[in-house]
Amino acid sequence: MEVYLEKTDEHKTISFKGTAKELLEKLGINPEEALVVRAHELLSLDDNVYDTDKIRILSVISGG
Amino acid sequence: MNCSMQIKAKGDKKTINCEEKAIFSNPNYCAKHFSKYVEQKTADTIKKFKLISPSDKICVAVSGGKDSVSLLYILKKQGFNVEALAIDEGIAGYRNITLDFLKNFCEKHKIKLTIKNYEDDFGKRLDEVVKKGEPACNLCGTFRRHMLNKYAAEYDKIATGHNLDDEAQAVLMNLFKAQTRMLGRQGPKTSKKDFVRKIKPFYFLKEKEIMAYAFLNDINVPFIECPFASVSFRGHIRDWLNALEAKTPGTKENIIRHYLSLTKKIKMDDASTLDECPLCGFPSSNGLCHACRLKMKL
Repeated sequence: MEVYLEKTDEHKTISFKGTAKELLEKLGINPEEALVVRAHELLSLDDNVYDTDKIRILSVISGG
Repeated sequence: MNCSMQIKAKGDKKTINCEEKAIFSNPNYCAKHFSKYVEQKTADTIKKFKLISPSDKICVAVSGGKDSVSLLYILKKQGFNVEALAIDEGIAGYRNITLDFLKNFCEKHKIKLTIKNYEDDFGKRLDEVVKKGEPACNLCGTFRRHMLNKYAAEYDKIATGHNLDDEAQAVLMNLFKAQTRMLGRQGPKTSKKDFVRKIKPFYFLKEKEIMAYAFLNDINVPFIECPFASVSFRGHIRDWLNALEAKTPGTKENIIRHYLSLTKKIKMDDASTLDECPLCGFPSSNGLCHACRLKMKL
């Protein structure tokens, strides 16, 4: 799975299959502080994500 | 999971569940119903706390972030008489980017945008002042509030994008610092009559909900962080509160609801009158106002 983290402007490739909430937990991100997006589609925390997905993690908190 | 919104079936009085896929958790709504939920909650807050009268001319204080821009978008969509006011502190590589976004956004949505800058009012850009060792956030906040009050004087209300997270954080910060008088100055609208009244139509919406609304409505604000933002007391409270909210959903709203239940008593404690600052003429609780004191130091 390819993951882009907006807050740190990082690209990561990880092996993962589970829910969006579990993905955030694996990445050490509080679900209160991020949105999970797949191909311009917003995902709920219960949605499944797969190893072949390209995921963007948008930061809810902006500094300043 | 599907959307939990109850809708009326065509030609039928019975309600059924919306069958679209949910795009948000708690509340579990599809894209269409989530946007409606955010707009309705904003409208309900305006109505419940009498934030806006039909004849009001509203100044929306915009930073270029998701909260203030979404607020501007929703108020305009709901037919209110809105204009936007942005303050340019003078932070190279940061504010110019958000202002460019704001100019395009306001042009697209036919909203009048006024931009005022620190340099004209205080003689210096913020990044120049910070280079000399002045603390950025205190200075920035004080000058920003001063300029908002000054340039929004012709409006009936100043609307800000403060959300449930901001307000719950503020309640806890004031509690932990024993700032009882500051507690009396919070809430969905300010009580002081000396300044233009400030209103917070997003008072009951979580920061994450506003972010999702902005995403769903193509309000693509640039993600950029202020270079002077530091780990502050508010930052610690925010992290702690978000951890608590993730474990115990509803915590932030409970803080706000508890605060509101105490509001009447606290407002009475804040019923003090203000003097006039001898330099700028703005209301001040102690001779020279804070903005004029800081300006003299520069």
